[in-house]
Amino acid sequence: MKKNKHRITPGRVVLAAILVFLYAPILYTMVFSFNESRSLTKFTGFSLQWYEKMFSSDTTMSAIVTTFVVAILATAISTAIGTITIIGLSRCNKLLRGAVSMVNDIVLMNPEIVTAIGLLMFFATMTVRKGFLTMLLAHIMFCTPYVMLTVAPRLRSLDPNLADAALDLGCNPLQAILKVIVPQLMPGITAGALIAFTMSFDDFVISYFVTGNGVQNISILVYTMSKRVNPSINAISTLVIVIITIALILINVLPPLWQKLNKKKEETA
Amino acid sequence: MKRFRGMAYPYVLFICILVVVPMLLIIAYAFTVEGTAFFQHQFTLGNFARFFSDAVFLQVLIRSLRVALFTTVICLLLGYPAAYCIAKSEKRQGILILIITLPTWINMLVRTYAWVGILQDNGLLNTVLGWFGIAPLHLMYTDFAVVLGMVYNFIPFMILEISSVLAKMDPSFLEAAEDLGADKKQSFLHVTLPLSLPGIISGITLVFLPSVSAFFIPKLLGGGSYVLIGNIIETEFLTAGNWSFGSALSLIMAAIIMLSIYLTRRIDKNRGDVS
Repeated sequence: MKKNKHRITPGRVVLAAILVFLYAPILYTMVFSFNESRSLTKFTGFSLQWYEKMFSSDTTMSAIVTTFVVAILATAISTAIGTITIIGLSRCNKLLRGAVSMVNDIVLMNPEIVTAIGLLMFFATMTVRKGFLTMLLAHIMFCTPYVMLTVAPRLRSLDPNLADAALDLGCNPLQAILKVIVPQLMPGITAGALIAFTMSFDDFVISYFVTGNGVQNISILVYTMSKRVNPSINAISTLVIVIITIALILINVLPPLWQKLNKKKEETA
Repeated sequence: MKRFRGMAYPYVLFICILVVVPMLLIIAYAFTVEGTAFFQHQFTLGNFARFFSDAVFLQVLIRSLRVALFTTVICLLLGYPAAYCIAKSEKRQGILILIITLPTWINMLVRTYAWVGILQDNGLLNTVLGWFGIAPLHLMYTDFAVVLGMVYNFIPFMILEISSVLAKMDPSFLEAAEDLGADKKQSFLHVTLPLSLPGIISGITLVFLPSVSAFFIPKLLGGGSYVLIGNIIETEFLTAGNWSFGSALSLIMAAIIMLSIYLTRRIDKNRGDVS
């Protein structure tokens, strides 16, 4: 079986073609963000003007700030809620656990546009002013199920008597959770938080429907700008690509690193 | 141990308000007379009747289904060999899966917009075609561009689903088939393919579902006059302000998606019974 290690098979050709297909447009965007002219098709020379334009435009900067603030807040809140809820749920009866996971599945499986219009009608019916707050609430809503999904397997692998032991040894309930359970869940929590961050940072459809009054995130800005040829989009896109790639590398590197550190701590202790 | 139970309750309340109520609102508005609020109890089936009696809407529905179907078939035909290849490579499997997954995490809108430059009449793709002596083709704002945009966004899901099933397959099945005299083609058709069916089914679901409901891919690559069902929903809510009809459309779309998931699962089950 080893002899055909370097043979060119049809499968490999297709795989290679797909990889080019997946990455060429990303590369294309990044290259053209440094283009001197307005053209999206001819590279005329190196320039940083689109980045200058991006940083000097108030609309763009406020969209970038909004995206970061929403993403950071949504990540922090949904990670906290997700972790607290999953710990609480592990003590609840099957019925409630089943109901919550069913509703979470609705969030995960529903076409985004359906979730989006549901929220739009809800906020309008409640006469909530559409804008930053509605966007943040929506983001917390769709990020939390991902956090719960990531933390749940770690929690299941914990000894259920751990919290009781901590309580018996004189911890109060808050200490039992913060000092005993949460540290054990940390790899899952970090992974969940990073997933939440990328989901929130990248979201377009839901944000687009629930925002208003001039509050935009980067995706909405790109969508409104894309109606005309506008190379600034490439600069903004490059920024998004770089940030998400860093977050993804962290997702893949941090949890194993965390585990290693914990192990070392245990060994030295 | 009941002590920490209460920690789950705030979230239960939160999702009741932000998930369950909005879903109920969609259902309520879909059966409510246009322009009235649902609590005025003006029950109607008119929103659905309007959709199914208007040739324009039916055409849009058929076009949406056709585009989604094309996308799914292309993703399957290209994704299967790629997934097979990934599952077979033992050493590089992890890194290959990471490379396929990475783009799915990067903003879809941003990645779709990249194609606007590539598909222009004097763009990268036509330049490359020109090297092979192919005259420039008009690609932007065509069915081709829309399907390409969808395949581009959704093919990783197909590859990941199929390769995860193939990687778990017990190689002794293939050895057994070989021992029993099957040639490569036979053992693929009668062993590998049936065993990978669950991956194919979930891959099809993960591609078909977002393809039917997509609305910014057709808008960016198909142009303003290229309308799929997702675009009508967007217009009804953001421009026309007709919640009732928009909700009815969403329900119809959700029903189609449920039905297609149900049918593909059934096909899977039937095959399972035969073999």
